[in-house]
Amino acid sequence: MVDVCFYFQVHQPYRLRDYSIFEIGNNSHYYYDDKNRSVLRKVAHKCYLPANKTILNLIKKHPEFKASYSFSGVVLDQFEEYAPDVLNSFQELVDTGNVEVLDETYYHSLAFVYSIDEFKKQVGMHRKKVKELFNYKPKVFRNTELIYNNYLAKNAEEMGYEGVIAEGADHVLGWRSPNFVYRPYTTSKIKLLLKNYRLSDDIAFRFSCREWKEFPLYADKFAGWVNQVNGNGHCVNLFMDYETFGEHQWQETGIFNFLDHLPNEIFKHPDNGFVTPTELVRKHEPVGELDIPYMVSWADVERDLSAWLGNRMQQSALNSIFQLEKDVKSINDQKLLHDWRRLQTSDMYYYMCTKWFNDGDVHKYFNPYDSPYDAFIIFMNILNDMKLRIAKAKTEVEKNGLCTGNVCIQ
Amino acid sequence: MFGWEFPPRNSGGLGTACYGLTKALARNNIQITLVLPYDVDTNSHDFLKIVSSPNIKIRKVKSVLTPYLSSSEYENLISRRGGRTANQIYGSNLFDEVNRYAALAVDIAKDEDFDIIHCHDWMTYKAGINAKKVSGKPLVVHVHSIEYDRTGGNGYNPFVHEIERCGMEFADYVIPVSNYTKNLIMQHYGIPSEKIVVVHNAIDNDYDVVSYLHHKLKEGNKIVLFLGRITLQKGPDYFIYAAKKALEIDPNIIFVVAGKGDMENRLIDKTAELGIADRVLFTGFLSGKSIDDIYRMADLYVMPSVSEPFGLTCLESMKNGTPVLISKQSGVSEVVNHCLKVDFWDVDQMVNKMMAVLKHDELREEMRQNGFNEVKKFCWDTPAKKCIEVYKRALHWVTV
Repeated sequence: MVDVCFYFQVHQPYRLRDYSIFEIGNNSHYYYDDKNRSVLRKVAHKCYLPANKTILNLIKKHPEFKASYSFSGVVLDQFEEYAPDVLNSFQELVDTGNVEVLDETYYHSLAFVYSIDEFKKQVGMHRKKVKELFNYKPKVFRNTELIYNNYLAKNAEEMGYEGVIAEGADHVLGWRSPNFVYRPYTTSKIKLLLKNYRLSDDIAFRFSCREWKEFPLYADKFAGWVNQVNGNGHCVNLFMDYETFGEHQWQETGIFNFLDHLPNEIFKHPDNGFVTPTELVRKHEPVGELDIPYMVSWADVERDLSAWLGNRMQQSALNSIFQLEKDVKSINDQKLLHDWRRLQTSDMYYYMCTKWFNDGDVHKYFNPYDSPYDAFIIFMNILNDMKLRIAKAKTEVEKNGLCTGNVCIQ
Repeated sequence: MFGWEFPPRNSGGLGTACYGLTKALARNNIQITLVLPYDVDTNSHDFLKIVSSPNIKIRKVKSVLTPYLSSSEYENLISRRGGRTANQIYGSNLFDEVNRYAALAVDIAKDEDFDIIHCHDWMTYKAGINAKKVSGKPLVVHVHSIEYDRTGGNGYNPFVHEIERCGMEFADYVIPVSNYTKNLIMQHYGIPSEKIVVVHNAIDNDYDVVSYLHHKLKEGNKIVLFLGRITLQKGPDYFIYAAKKALEIDPNIIFVVAGKGDMENRLIDKTAELGIADRVLFTGFLSGKSIDDIYRMADLYVMPSVSEPFGLTCLESMKNGTPVLISKQSGVSEVVNHCLKVDFWDVDQMVNKMMAVLKHDELREEMRQNGFNEVKKFCWDTPAKKCIEVYKRALHWVTV
């Protein structure tokens, strides 16, 4: 039998405004509020609200239908700020009991690559936020952009998670199949779920592609592919951005109809069904151990860190932001800490990617700036303003002698 | 092909563009009779390279025509050459000259065998019209720049405008170097869109990288370059205002202004008035290798043009591995990705981006490398092929 496991990623960054060199030291509001609000409202209208409605109807129609979500903390903040209606509809989904919520870093951060201490703090913040909004305690962890290696699994295990998620990239799997549950190398309890990227990308990327030989993709055909896994796999993990529904694939492509009909087609094969990640890891013992010493992710064809760390601007920006960690944490300034963390959001570095800037591909589509160079300039100006704030706070601390060193770390 | 400015005697992008296009057309098996002003130096190395193509034949017309000449500058030129009496072959003013050039074109059109007439900018339009009248062959006019650009809309010469309008109306096809220019042509000359085919410029990639790194005469200074005619259209005054603001942030910058033009003296006065005269260097007119040298010496090239049909200097700078900051009001900004873009009037934003490039080595390096790679795709064969397509349409070999 084959279990389909849906996990949808829900994330929107706090985009930075066009912050100029002349504002450094004069203005410490960094966010492009109008744009953030309008993007969130647009995506709510095109994706979140209609997709949630579809999922809720599916659950009513098929009590065995399951799905799971991972929300970045920053998108939850933006829901509270700009779209409480969206938050309500997600809460309604979680309340059905058929929907599971995963944990991740609060700020959709690349902290795991740079600071394990910061990483753990943000996971803790996320856990608290999910508890507060959904009254839910996640048992499966997914890291930003599915960035993963053995060490991530080990940390997730130490933090008490039962499962962890990674990209089922060919270069880590080799001859192995993503359609089983694995045990990460160096761990003893936690289980690893791998994205079936072929079937996931058929929906997320190829669904409306007219050059694709399988176009048009209907639910019955897709259910047939899922069924083929019978006999040589336990699960089909369909992991994708939630914005696939209605935003990346517009409503006109028929994506909502596809989603609406898929469960019915899956259930036509009596052996097949839907599970949440937690159900999946509890149901199966690992078929083997998987050793992934280097970082993999779900981004671009390379499935590595090059979307955020591929050029010198990105490396420099990331190094610079994490160099501030010690100073930021030695000062008791919640606003500064919050700003520093928002700047860790992976999108900031994605906007600086020059890999395919020539071709005007997805990187350009998602980029609110004119070019990767502009993204870098804005980021570094803001970083310099933060440095000034840090320097100012440090002199005040020295002058007043109120707070020194580690005393102020929260 | 009616042209006039040719390397190495360049005062702008026009000669470079004609040269690159002519060479590439010949490479693509188009036979060209090139009609040029008399005083083009046909013995120079570059020039001989063109003539060496069996597909190109040169016809010279005795004239002092140069592209960016105004009537008053023309008077000066005549007197420098020893006055009218000494040199009776030249006309008494610029417009006489244009007419004389056009008259001689009739003779050339009568005894040459050709299929199509291709003209470059207003001074050759009358020649093109005459050639069309005599031969009945289709006329294509190439618009590298229009009176509106050259004057920024002020002090517009109505006679030049009229010649431009006439040429475009008589033409079977009009080829502007950007969509930006196409829009101006539709707005100011009422030419219908169907008759206009945009062909973006390109650049020659045949240069040697060896002499790179020879010029690091910097002594702890960063160098920001302006290169072009010092005239309203090119926005040199915005460059100077940006210099003033940038120097307030970091005094270790040298601003280089390379070129000549009617605003030069005013600009020099301005730098003194702003108290930055010691930080702004005026090099005068540069040509040949020193242009490449100055690009390579610079950490950033700024092209703040108020109105720029294309802006070949942007590609030249990228070819020399120098990052570029260009105005959004330039044709080249339609086709180049790996550069920074600002509105010419937004001095603060210009300074913001300028300072970032000077401050962050990693930004400069990324722009340098990606820009150098990007510029390779601008080969003159592409514009040449697009022109050939226009010829075919004009000759009704293909229907649109």
